[in-house]
Amino acid sequence: MNLNDALFKYSIRLGDTSLILAQRLSEWTGHGPFLEEDLALTNITLDIFGRAKSLLEYAAKIEDKGRTEDDLAFLRTDREYFNALITEQPNGDYAKTIMRQAFIDCFDLLFYTALAKSKDETLAGIATKSIKEITYHKRHSFSWVMRFGNGTEESHTRLQQGFDEVWAFTEELFEMNEVDEVLLKEGIAVDLSALKPLWLKEITELLDKANVQIPEGVYMQKGSRKGIHSEHLGYILAEMQSLPRMHPNAKW
Amino acid sequence: MSDSQGPLWEVFVQKKAGQPFVHCGNLHAFDKEMALQNARDLYTRRGEGMSLWVVPSSAIVASSPEDMGSFFEPSNDKIFRHPTFYQIPDGVGHM
Repeated sequence: MNLNDALFKYSIRLGDTSLILAQRLSEWTGHGPFLEEDLALTNITLDIFGRAKSLLEYAAKIEDKGRTEDDLAFLRTDREYFNALITEQPNGDYAKTIMRQAFIDCFDLLFYTALAKSKDETLAGIATKSIKEITYHKRHSFSWVMRFGNGTEESHTRLQQGFDEVWAFTEELFEMNEVDEVLLKEGIAVDLSALKPLWLKEITELLDKANVQIPEGVYMQKGSRKGIHSEHLGYILAEMQSLPRMHPNAKW
Repeated sequence: MSDSQGPLWEVFVQKKAGQPFVHCGNLHAFDKEMALQNARDLYTRRGEGMSLWVVPSSAIVASSPEDMGSFFEPSNDKIFRHPTFYQIPDGVGHM
């Protein structure tokens, strides 16, 4: 794999992960638990869509085949998507959405802080801009985890259930393949294995404070690095892509 | 006031350091941290401010409409209390 291929695949992976997460979160718009929280999550969703756009725009530029970020978003099939499996999992109730978001925000803050030091200027630039946004996202999701965990018996039960449904998809965030190997040598990619203990420490502390139990021996799901997904991604893409596919080149 | 959306909070935004905090609206939240975050998302998304206060609405003591006469009207006919008899120098910013 040459450097250009690796950089394209890396940008696609990061862009897809942001895009599918934002698409999932956007399902809450107009359905949040109350007005203020609806706005808060929608605001966060917009930040993540913005990041997806920058990353896919960069991927399209590296590929240099005349495709735009919209082509990449709307004209690829599920097997051509490389978003982390955790992002495509159904929202469930608000506790599950928040639990998933806390896992991702914690990972993203560590990841983009490291990526800001990348030798690739574009990725470093996107990362630098993202750090402030993610710092806020994490503050939001972490404070909700604490609130649910220490709230009523029902809120705690729902948080624990949300955790149980999402936990199996966290390991994959740290999986590295040839793309990472090629880019690590060039000082472009982030060493995910170095992030894992930091992530685990923060998450363990958070879960401890929220009285959430981490079960042992959970089978960890993987596949997205190879474009293999859960059944949920197809439905997300069907909804997200239907308009541009039905009306190619439609303009607002 | 409290309902399923949590108690009401009043939001004050400071546009720049040194300027007063100006009341800009209210919101629902269940605790201080949530009130602060909601205020940020509702009232400062478009660069409206640099600093925020949130105050439980229940902590605000307000005058009532019946007090209007006795509170405010006596000042209307005492024009010597109004500093309108001199020019404010250009260099003075906010007064």
